Amino acid sequence: MTASDDLTFTLNGRAVRVSVPPMRRLSQVLREDLDLKGTKVGCDAGDCGACTVLIDGHAVCACLTPAAQAQGRDVRTVEGLANGTLNRLQQAFLHYGAAQCGICTPGMLLAATALLERDPAPSEAAVQDALGGVLCRCTGYRKIIEAVLNAHRFPAEAQGKAATALVGARVPRVDGGGKVTGSEAFGDDLAPADALWLKLIRAPHASARFTIAPLAPLLARYPGIVRVLTAADVPGANEHGVIPAFRDQPVFAVEQVRFAGEAIAAIIGDETTVAGFDAADFPVRWEPLPPLADMDAATQAAAPLLHRDRPGNILTGGFVRRGDIEAAFANAAATVEGRFETSFVEHAYIEPEAGFAHRNGDTLELFVSTQTPHMDRDETARILALPPEKVRLVPTACGGGFGGKLDMAVQPYLAIAAWLLDRPVRCAYTRPESMASTTKRHPGRMHVRLAANNEGLLQAIDFAGDFDTGAYSSWGPTVATRVPIHCSGPYAVGSVLAQTRAILTNNAPSGAFRGFGTPQAAFATESLMDALADRLGIDRLEFRLKNALRAGDRTATGQLLTASVGMADCLVALQAPWQAARAAAQAHNAGNGITRRGVGVACMWYGCGNTALPNPSTMRVAVTADGRVVLYQGAVDIGQGSSTVLAQICAETLGLPLDVLTLVGADTSLTPDAGKTSASRQTFVSGRAIFAAATDLRRQILRLANAGERARLELTGTTLSFVDGADVRQVDLARLPADTNGVVLAAEATFDPPTSPLDADGQGVPYATYAFGAQMAEVLVDCELGTVQVLKVAAAHDVGRAVNPALVEGQIEGGIAQGIGMALMEEYIPGRNTNLHDYLIPTVGDVPPIETFLIEDPEPLGPYGAKGVGEPAMIATPAAILNAIRDATGVTITRVPATPDRVRAAIAAARARGAKASDVQG
Amino acid sequence: MSKGVVDSASHPPHQGPPAVAAPYLRPTSIAAALQHLADGPRLIVAGCTDVLPAHVGKMVVEPVLDLTRIRDARGIREENDHWRIGALTTWADVAEATLPPAFHALQSAARQIGGVQIQNAGTLGGNLCNASPAADGVPALLILDAEVELCALTGTRRLALAEFILGNRQTALRADEILTAIRVPKSACGGRATFLKLGARAYQVISIVMVAARLEVAADGSVAAAAIAVGACSPVACRLPALEAALIGTPCAGDRLRAIVRPEHLHPLAPITDVRASADYRREAALTLVRRALSSFGTGAP
Ligand SMILES: Cc1cc2nc3c(=O)[nH]c(=O)nc-3n(C[C@H](O)[C@H](O)[C@H](O)COP(=O)(O)OP(=O)(O)OC[C@H]3O[C@@H](n4cnc5c(N)ncnc54)[C@H](O)[C@@H]3O)c2cc1C
Ligand code: FES
Ligand code: FES
Repeated sequence: MTASDDLTFTLNGRAVRVSVPPMRRLSQVLREDLDLKGTKVGCDAGDCGACTVLIDGHAVCACLTPAAQAQGRDVRTVEGLANGTLNRLQQAFLHYGAAQCGICTPGMLLAATALLERDPAPSEAAVQDALGGVLCRCTGYRKIIEAVLNAHRFPAEAQGKAATALVGARVPRVDGGGKVTGSEAFGDDLAPADALWLKLIRAPHASARFTIAPLAPLLARYPGIVRVLTAADVPGANEHGVIPAFRDQPVFAVEQVRFAGEAIAAIIGDETTVAGFDAADFPVRWEPLPPLADMDAATQAAAPLLHRDRPGNILTGGFVRRGDIEAAFANAAATVEGRFETSFVEHAYIEPEAGFAHRNGDTLELFVSTQTPHMDRDETARILALPPEKVRLVPTACGGGFGGKLDMAVQPYLAIAAWLLDRPVRCAYTRPESMASTTKRHPGRMHVRLAANNEGLLQAIDFAGDFDTGAYSSWGPTVATRVPIHCSGPYAVGSVLAQTRAILTNNAPSGAFRGFGTPQAAFATESLMDALADRLGIDRLEFRLKNALRAGDRTATGQLLTASVGMADCLVALQAPWQAARAAAQAHNAGNGITRRGVGVACMWYGCGNTALPNPSTMRVAVTADGRVVLYQGAVDIGQGSSTVLAQICAETLGLPLDVLTLVGADTSLTPDAGKTSASRQTFVSGRAIFAAATDLRRQILRLANAGERARLELTGTTLSFVDGADVRQVDLARLPADTNGVVLAAEATFDPPTSPLDADGQGVPYATYAFGAQMAEVLVDCELGTVQVLKVAAAHDVGRAVNPALVEGQIEGGIAQGIGMALMEEYIPGRNTNLHDYLIPTVGDVPPIETFLIEDPEPLGPYGAKGVGEPAMIATPAAILNAIRDATGVTITRVPATPDRVRAAIAAARARGAKASDVQG
Repeated sequence: MSKGVVDSASHPPHQGPPAVAAPYLRPTSIAAALQHLADGPRLIVAGCTDVLPAHVGKMVVEPVLDLTRIRDARGIREENDHWRIGALTTWADVAEATLPPAFHALQSAARQIGGVQIQNAGTLGGNLCNASPAADGVPALLILDAEVELCALTGTRRLALAEFILGNRQTALRADEILTAIRVPKSACGGRATFLKLGARAYQVISIVMVAARLEVAADGSVAAAAIAVGACSPVACRLPALEAALIGTPCAGDRLRAIVRPEHLHPLAPITDVRASADYRREAALTLVRRALSSFGTGAP
């Protein structure tokens, strides 16, 4: 046992006394010993700031504060900001949409509070300085800055207000209250006090054979360990995967590991034992093997196979062919060609994977941070050898996902441990283990050629891309198929040849990450679009406009687009900003100084939903005898706002105000399967399902009183009124026959977007609708240091219909921030930067002002015309930034991230070669 | 990688539970702290902004000596012939203090260390004792000819900062010693100073290169004394004596100063390639930053 000292301090105005080890992190004391879970932990290393608290009025990281240093001091946490109400800052956060997933919100609020107590109406620069130490992965920071700047305009205290406005309105998030008060429960916030702790033993080698020695001595030495789990303890299949046909990842590795960070065993015990356990004490003998560190190594003829059934270490490929590409190139007036490379990118959600599990009779209940409750449930059941209904999965609030929480992490381990021990078991990954063991964005290596005729019309694209899919399949097949479909960009191109390969290596699995490979492809294609426009002597934006897909065009897969093709409108919206930015850049560059300005534009398109596969969502809405309208929706809100959007659509369709809705969130035992929160599908697919269910329910409601279509509904208590001009009818819900759950009326509907399978040439209808967008970045390049500052981004997105413009802007700003990261700083190097100290993501000072243009070209299938925007928001950003760098410097950077050393090297090489700069490939 | 067998269970698992957390002491005086150290080695901690990030997923098991209650060791004082900065002075303390212009490099460094959370907790003493090649405090103090005061029960010694930090995470601190203060001789407090930090993002970033420069100008407007130091380009940040000498007598105008700088002046640097940047880039960026730092003199900027 650890020696404990008595500690007294003031916490949120009240004296507290606890007995804890003096070097225990204050964050742990607050969360575990005092049960105040509002203080969040994202790294335990001072890097993320999620744990920010105030000590004697100063912001500090609670994770770096030894408990003993709090002795006698005044500590304030998010729980102390307001008492049952919301203070000015919290109201401002809600109003501006400054909290998305909400995991960074307590830290942001406290850091901002330290500033506002000194300076209630600060400058933007002061706000940035105050928030520089808190990372947010969702919002892109702009709305946070706005909230802090304007906090003084709000009343000192107010209750959270339920919203009444409907589709098209800037409704504050329905789940926002808990995010700004710190009461929202995330993955690591729910475990009961008596839960056991679980820690995974992971491989230190990228490729190795291993043998685990007998465990008895270990158990004798650590009496606090109640159980060790290895592959032998898995009750069912020791295997999981997100695509059943490609399932290949063991829960616990057997004899051989394929990437550094792979789990081989778990220890379970009390907190002190588990937290203090040194993995080096685990009795395992390693026999390291030479790893296949990259795609070159993995594709060499003599390379050993990662998986016996994957010859050549090729997991799978993707293919699209249309038209006659050779003829098109032969007859082209202009052609361009380039090779491009991208890096591993880490999701870096601020909440590491976490959850807890317990056994409830013959059911295993799992509470975890996830994007995909039903898939997790089914995979977990297979691993436990239970029928799916014997596993209940309840998603906690999700502190950021971006695709990374579409694969299982803690789920199988918690499930096995809780099932076998019949005790609650909890686990939260440390930041280094989260980074080492969970999925990444695929690094891509692409060779692309484009051809145009002398009228400036694109004729052909030839795209070949290899993607490092890591050691297990994860979403590699999805990337391999999405890229060929999208790589020609949102342009009408007669001839397309697109081929991809997903290559297995000894790296952490690459999986799903905002865009499924399309940002990588857009970087390559859009760079060449600029080169081609220049070759043809056409303005770069006008060239894109000329070639933009329009209704009536066919896509690379031969799909006829009939409606909601707002690509040209997006580009038109950027014409004026483009001209202004070009002029400003020219004026700056006339000074011919060390810094040069540039402007870049890039376009994107993205199919919403699964690729050529069924993709249904089912939604249910009910009216109860006690006068509630209950929306049972199983779509996980990972911060993007789907709960709010679905509620808005439901309320609008029913003809009732938003605040009458009771939301029953995702829970596999209560809510029907809404499918996963990915592929930008929830607004479009689940939104359409709730629209259908609510339409049905409204019809049933109207029938109660034989009311006409136009009747206005009012619900007061259990009295439902139907108002149609002077005609007012009333029904008392309490008097209607109800089922055992008190439900008097219910409707359920399923929507599955119509798609068709692709043929051998990749021809068909992979998606029911597409999102379109164009972004423009202005940058300032320091040509001596190679540093790039993004000055401004303008983004025009065709979202069909903005059900909630504030949330749409939030997605766009957050996506742009991630795009800036991918363009300029993010490069995960396995084994070398598995922390947020060395792996850099944008801070509040790295995201410039963003101007958003919402284009609404309605999608006939979508609810009120809406389609998706989650992933589309970031796809064009890296490309636009890299094109802006080229515009500024004349140098084409062909590898992202464009770090200062790479930019500088490219500029220096271009100058050394004395070549005409615009022809240089950096 | 060579093929081999590694047995990771380095000590045989039969000596009973290991992780007995250590006694923790938090004295209020240097004298008491030194007595504790004399009784046996302990992990000294201050703001813990280096110590605890090194313990992610682990517990601190060694006996700890926490210095943060020693009031005397925090704060900045002007004394007869020097300024005394207590080792427990935080970066926020430095940033907020009123100090002569020669300290502006140090104050600018203070404002650029981590985020405010780190500045409120991290101390100068911790920065120096942690001895990271990228420690921002080191170049800013090198240009002030700073000395460190090292106390043990057996006596106090003073070392020039350059002699205290011996290499990457290596210092001359003995196990029975505490760094109690940093002393800046008034002879090195003349003129103005500037600090330039290059990192790959706006906040909370470890330096790729940083440069501190201090110039004193004679009555005739020429450089009377120069001190220039570069960090993150060698195991220990270092001064550039050849450049400093070459600058003496140059008219203090930005372009004239800048023109003096030659690549050879950076000879003391030995940059490496790491996750942040390549060695070649560091060398070139150091040259650029040194030139820019000098350019800023004579414009009245620093
Ligand atoms: C997110 C983050 C960002 C950071 N950014 C920067 C940055 O931009 N620039 C930078 O230079 N550093 C940075 N750091 C590192 C760190 O904050 C500084 O080095 C800080 O000054 C360390 O001080 P401390 O008091 O926290 O040291 P501690 O962590 O308490 O101690 C550090 C070391 O010094 C020893 N020690 C401390 N005080 C004494 C003493 N008086 N006598 C003897 N030994 C002592 C300890 O034993 C330990 O080995 C960052 C750290 C984090 C977590
Ligand atoms: S948890 Fe403390 S800074 Fe990340
Ligand atoms: S809202 Fe900031 S990290 Fe999610």
